[in-house]
Amino acid sequence: MESLMVVLVGVLVSVGTYLVLSRNVIRIILGTAVLSHAVHLLILTVGGLKTGDVPVLGSSKGPFTDALPQALILTAIVISFATTAFLLVLAYRMYKTNGTDDVSELRGTSDE
Amino acid sequence: MRKVNDVILRTVVKGVVLIILTLGVYLFFSGHNAPGGGFIGGLVLGSAIVLLYITYDIETIQRKMPFDFKKVAALGVLLATGTAIGSLYFNVPFLSQTDGYFNIPILGEKHLTTVTIFEAGVALTVIGTLVTIILSISEDD
Amino acid sequence: MNNLIVLPLIIPIMTAVILVFLRRNIILQRIISILTMIFITGISIMILSAVQTEGIIKLDFGGWLPPFGILFVADSFSMLLVVVANIVTIICLIYAFSTIGARHEQMFFYPFVLLLIAGVNGSFLTGDIFNLFVCFEVMLLASYVLIALGGERVQLRESLKYVLINVVTSWIFLVALAYLYGTLKTLNMAHIAERVAEVGQDPLITTVAILFLIVFSIKAGLLLFFWLPGSYIVPPTAVQALFAALLTKVGVYALIRTFTLMFPLNQDVTHTLIGIMAGLTIVLGCMGALAGKDVYTIATYNVIIGVGFILIGLASGTEAALSGAIYYLIHDMLAKGLLFLLVGTMVYLTGETIVKRMSGLIQNYPLFGWIFFVVLLTLTGIPPFSGFVGKILIGQGAIEAGSYVLLAIGFASSIVVLYSLLRIFLASFFGETTVSEEDKKPIPKGVMVSFILFTISIIYLGVGAESLSVYVQDAAHTLINPSIYIDAILGEGV
Repeated sequence: MESLMVVLVGVLVSVGTYLVLSRNVIRIILGTAVLSHAVHLLILTVGGLKTGDVPVLGSSKGPFTDALPQALILTAIVISFATTAFLLVLAYRMYKTNGTDDVSELRGTSDE
Repeated sequence: MRKVNDVILRTVVKGVVLIILTLGVYLFFSGHNAPGGGFIGGLVLGSAIVLLYITYDIETIQRKMPFDFKKVAALGVLLATGTAIGSLYFNVPFLSQTDGYFNIPILGEKHLTTVTIFEAGVALTVIGTLVTIILSISEDD
Repeated sequence: MNNLIVLPLIIPIMTAVILVFLRRNIILQRIISILTMIFITGISIMILSAVQTEGIIKLDFGGWLPPFGILFVADSFSMLLVVVANIVTIICLIYAFSTIGARHEQMFFYPFVLLLIAGVNGSFLTGDIFNLFVCFEVMLLASYVLIALGGERVQLRESLKYVLINVVTSWIFLVALAYLYGTLKTLNMAHIAERVAEVGQDPLITTVAILFLIVFSIKAGLLLFFWLPGSYIVPPTAVQALFAALLTKVGVYALIRTFTLMFPLNQDVTHTLIGIMAGLTIVLGCMGALAGKDVYTIATYNVIIGVGFILIGLASGTEAALSGAIYYLIHDMLAKGLLFLLVGTMVYLTGETIVKRMSGLIQNYPLFGWIFFVVLLTLTGIPPFSGFVGKILIGQGAIEAGSYVLLAIGFASSIVVLYSLLRIFLASFFGETTVSEEDKKPIPKGVMVSFILFTISIIYLGVGAESLSVYVQDAAHTLINPSIYIDAILGEGV
């Protein structure tokens, strides 16, 4: 199961990297979202997949599954939620003022 | 504005929003020892509000719910940090929590925790942020 | 008592939220934000002196003992930086009062500055590496907003790049965290240090360490500073000064903490790598500073040179070098803050950014001119100003460690710094003034106050180095002997 998950993480990372390297801003943002999903799965996988019971005291005698990766992932999801939301609004504003969503047209020199 | 024939959407939403709101509240309260909690509950509640905004126009909803959602988010953060910093007053480590069983008339014995207040803050923050994001993009043009 | 050390994080957040409700009342926003910062500075100084008498103070959140819960740790190193960061913020706020403009002030400028400082304080204080990630993100999110606030064309363009680069960096940070958790099954910094010491730093752990090195290098602008010159130019002056003084320094702090506490064993690989990167950073930074035609470019490349110089101290790794690095870090936060405020004011006064097109500023604004001269001297490292002590100690450490190449590069960079700033000083301050007496714009009082406060702190740091040396030596001593830190955290529990 772990190896399957690692392969999935690899697929997600390659998809994300492909998207991040494209020129369209929206694709780049989607790419960062896919990348963040990949790393969340990675954290879950390195923590060990289902090796015991649900880590709630009183529901069983154990052994319990490590609950920490899930706490980490929840935090990371919240953060990536905030960042992606900000990025979307920023990209929209940028498109409105600069009139392009192609990053290769966003090159600038300090002399303007 | 172009007139869209959305009778089905409007009719369905009237019922569905109620279900979503109930689910949101349920998820929110089941937080402390089952899957759920402030973040998920807040997301569900927030999406119900967003659904309302999408179905009816912004002005109608603003009239019925005259909140500044930025302030809702701020209130949420204040509530969450407030409960966290409340532990300083009782001289226990920051972010400490406590719980207990209380006998409430009508409802019977209930398990109440201080985490719920913290979670309420989280939920408000999530609702506020979610709606603010959607509104700030859609209010343009 | 221990609960005090969470206040530098939580008070700015709560105040920031309260300020959201006072959006229209600018005067009240100003008063509350400055009072909050002064209050936190006071508390930080209190904690700093408490650390001297009681040793390292820790606070376990929610009473969860380490290594299970997350915690805040106050040692001399982190508290020194918290104090200086807060002082810099106070001064930048004073500058902002008279320059930032009502539009920014109504668009939640002060709340975001407070959130930024909350993130910075949190990064300095945390004792858990995942919590470090969270505090980094708090700081970065605030910085994203501050860099884009105003919404001008160039700003939006550069901020989009800045945000994307930081999002990808944070992603690498998470990957590194995942691998670290996979190998060591812990995220408490002291516990990581203990486990690494137990099992030895095998190649796998060294690889994880290098991942962290990459992440923090992008944040600190160590070699991977390609994003820095573009993005530091666009926001308003007060924000530029805050960024230059705080953001890269948090990365430097994280590097020093990571490689003295958690991964100190395989120095052949990691510290050599840091040394090479620091050397290259200085060389490239010097090239940029020499080639720059406008004041902003010269100032940003000076930030990069500063980062490289501090990390020579880490690469050398002796106690003298580390105390030099701490001194220089403190000095750099103050001096770079002042440099950016001065440069921003020059642009404001003349409406020009190119060095050659300004001239004769010192005739109209004598005090302003001489303060620039002070910055020039202190950045070059001329006694009695603050850069001197740090440079001497780092130099001494580099000699002890036998890294003569780095020593030579480091001191050669001082000459380049001197040249690049002297060029601005001679071209822009001396010569015929192009502005007549009637046309000259007055410098607002608040701006002069902030310059003078910065200058006083720089002179104090240089002349009064002796009074600070107790704290710096204790900080360096803790860094060089990680067991003090580990015992303070895990002592009772394990």
